[in-house]
Amino acid sequence: MSAVLPGHAHDDHADAHGHDDHHHGPPAGFMRWVTTTNHKDIGTLYLWFSFAMFLTGGMLALTIRAELFKPGLQIVNPEFFNQLTTMHGIIMVFGAIMPAFVGFANWQIPLMIGAPDMAFARMNNWSFWLLVPAASLLIISFFVPGGATAAGWTMYAPLSSQMGIGQDLAIFALHIMGASSIMGSINIITTILNMRAPGMTLMKMPMFCWTWLITSYMLIAVMPVLAGAITMTLTDRHFGTSFFNAAGGGDPVMYQHIFWFFGHPEVYIMILPAFGIVSQIIPAFARKPLFGYASMVYATSSIAILSFIVWAHHMFTTGMPAAGQLFFMYATMLIAVPTGVKVFNWIATMWKGSMTFETPMLFAIGFIFVFTMGGFTGLILAVTPIDIQLQDTYYVVAHFHYVLVAGSLFAMFAGVYYWLPKWTGHMYDEFLGKLHFWCSVVFFNLTFFPMHFLGLAGMPRRIPDYAAQFADFNAVASIGAFCFGLSQLIFLAAVIKCVKGGPKAADKPWEGAEGLEWTVPSPAPYHTFETPPQVK
Amino acid sequence: MAVSTHLRKLAAQLGMAAGAAACGASAYAADMVGGPAELQLNLQRPVTDIADQIFDLHTGMLIVCLLIFIAVFAAMFYSIFAHRKDKGHKAATFHESTTVEIAWTLIPMIIVIGMAGFATRTVIAMKDTSNADLTIKATGYQWKWGYDYIKGEGEGISFYSNLSTPRAQIEGKAERGVNYMLEVDNEVVVPVNKKIRILTTADDVIHAWMIPAFGVKQDAIPGFVRDTWFKSKETGIFRGQCAELCGKEHGFMPIVVHVMSDADYTKWVADKKKEIASKQEDPNKVWTQPDLAARGKTVYENNCAACHKSDGKGTPPAFPPLDGSKTVLGPMDNQVAVELNGRPGTAMAAMGKTLSDTDIAAVVTYTRGAWSNKAAVALVQPSDIKAARAWDAAKVTALVAKPQ
Repeated sequence: MSAVLPGHAHDDHADAHGHDDHHHGPPAGFMRWVTTTNHKDIGTLYLWFSFAMFLTGGMLALTIRAELFKPGLQIVNPEFFNQLTTMHGIIMVFGAIMPAFVGFANWQIPLMIGAPDMAFARMNNWSFWLLVPAASLLIISFFVPGGATAAGWTMYAPLSSQMGIGQDLAIFALHIMGASSIMGSINIITTILNMRAPGMTLMKMPMFCWTWLITSYMLIAVMPVLAGAITMTLTDRHFGTSFFNAAGGGDPVMYQHIFWFFGHPEVYIMILPAFGIVSQIIPAFARKPLFGYASMVYATSSIAILSFIVWAHHMFTTGMPAAGQLFFMYATMLIAVPTGVKVFNWIATMWKGSMTFETPMLFAIGFIFVFTMGGFTGLILAVTPIDIQLQDTYYVVAHFHYVLVAGSLFAMFAGVYYWLPKWTGHMYDEFLGKLHFWCSVVFFNLTFFPMHFLGLAGMPRRIPDYAAQFADFNAVASIGAFCFGLSQLIFLAAVIKCVKGGPKAADKPWEGAEGLEWTVPSPAPYHTFETPPQVK
Repeated sequence: MAVSTHLRKLAAQLGMAAGAAACGASAYAADMVGGPAELQLNLQRPVTDIADQIFDLHTGMLIVCLLIFIAVFAAMFYSIFAHRKDKGHKAATFHESTTVEIAWTLIPMIIVIGMAGFATRTVIAMKDTSNADLTIKATGYQWKWGYDYIKGEGEGISFYSNLSTPRAQIEGKAERGVNYMLEVDNEVVVPVNKKIRILTTADDVIHAWMIPAFGVKQDAIPGFVRDTWFKSKETGIFRGQCAELCGKEHGFMPIVVHVMSDADYTKWVADKKKEIASKQEDPNKVWTQPDLAARGKTVYENNCAACHKSDGKGTPPAFPPLDGSKTVLGPMDNQVAVELNGRPGTAMAAMGKTLSDTDIAAVVTYTRGAWSNKAAVALVQPSDIKAARAWDAAKVTALVAKPQ
């Protein structure tokens, strides 16, 4: 890992002080990473951590797909299967996607607004290192009596009350990760509001910073709600309360309301920073400014606000009154409008540009194309009667993987390739990058497209065995999944190769890129913008 | 099937040996009557008005979405084709246009409100459970369904419905039948063209009752009663399964509804009532050990083997072995109490809620003499179980406590 540190990257003799005489380099060795308060170091830690979690969650997913390759029970038993689906969800959402975006925020926000570091540098260290014990609890839970929680990543009551201590470990892990997210958000908001370079008004700020500003407010609003829901689960389990236990006067459906009041904004927490990354990349490679900057800001805000009043569309089959179903159907449909505005803006940005198609651009275009399919299936699922038909089937599994994998993950890949030259000082291998893109986009669709058909035909999610008529599409999905998983090793190879060496990257390696991060050398020195730049 | 053959050929041509083998493995899966077809691409064929409306709404949405998708991405791919640097295209500098931005906000808004508008009628119709001809309560248990006919013709009929696919097929030791995983021992039987109201509730955790061909899916929530309805236009068998994660055997609790003509239904009601009456066993009958143990083996396979396994070895630590178990070989009262009331803090459920006195006596008798077990007292009579149901709470609590 030490190879990634900016001070070392251009000097293999590991003398971080050698070239940059205008600042103090980091201490060497392991303690550097434990004690660091540097936004670039912490960003790197976040990114490697989330990649490790991505591979862990991916292994769980491949075990699931191996079991589902053909009908019958072959590889895992049903209780372990439920642990796999549950932990795959928790690890990917809380361990991979969310920390990865915080990693991007750490690296890029100070560089993009011309700040020397994050506002609360020590809290920044703490909010990263909290993740390590949290992730350890999740991994350890597989080895405690009864195994990891098998109640689904949503941990619905009262099933969650039947679980062993793996459930408690998951609850504690989420508490810790929630605390980490809240600290990260406070840090991002404070940094953006107080530390922008002179002249950079809010409406001149890069779109990535805007999306993270809004995301941070959402995190602060909903993480405590999740903490409340799982704390009530904890006291129901151990202290004789009956929040969600009907026999004691509680209501199991109340858990779902509280969970999804967190859970739906959470969906947008995982996609808004992706919108931000794509909004940086499309103009850079189209060599043309973002078409509607102001309308993008308003669209992002509208999505954030609407996301708080649509949660019960996850619960149409619980049996709410018709008035409730109608309200949540109409509100959910409305979210399509600002989301559409974003897609139209990106395409209008590309229109009459002068485009080139390096890997970041390929992933950004792949994002728009495949994410939009997930958007359309979301629109179809928003229609209450159709949702009742498709709720808890593979159609839903297909839908949210189109949004989270082709959405969040592809945008992150785009972002990594886009900013790797700045982070490492080297250009990545364009062939590996393009190979990674084409493998990912093809195998992603091979995996998840057939799941639409399975869901329409009525195959429920979270089952370890299925009717033999579902076998063909399941086999195709499993093959796609293994190829998709292996394709991610190309990504690992491309990143390691770029960290270790490669053609020297210019300060601004992309012809059309704009922004303060391209005014500092590549790799970015350990300390940047000690004197704030002036923005016109 | 033609498509399937084609796909298999394609898979082979692409050199996807594994894919071809997998498709080959399912080559004998004929279409399931009232369930999914092989390589089915769309919703199941609807047989109620509601399911018809859902089908049409879905088709309509799909067409509108596809048209928008094609229009938007035609623009994008044209741009990718034409506006590229290597073709010498110079970047324009335009940005922001209030007219365009208002248009692409308002037009989608009108489209989505229109889509929701079309669905509104169906939402309201789906909620209207009034004036039902027949009301059936469906109760979700871990892991089976219980049905009680509470109002209308057949009132008073009550039974449990278990997965009837043999374990051997699930474990790949026997050839799979065409209705694999979606077949039950007792089907729900209803008359055709009658409004059937289904009340759902659950005994333990949340389950969901669904039949895709009816367009019905309703969560079954412990402690609460919810309802939904359907009116099948056709006779026949229609299949679904539990749709809400409910624990270990969530994938193994299917739902099968058999829709009959009025005359057939009336006959079924009469037969079922006779059958239930004949099953009313005398709880005071005195059984011999071999007879009761033989019956117990069946009860065990249907209710216990999923966790404790046919060979009694269990799946420790969550589901302990019964072969050599201290409880099974210990005092009779302890085992009977655990069997009837479950063991707190463990996955052992209270079987007394769903099994008769005779079945409890049978399964206890069976386990005490099965495998390597040779309990000192191996036989318990149904009358003892009846007495045990009346034990007071303090006694039960003491008896079901975990042995130290």
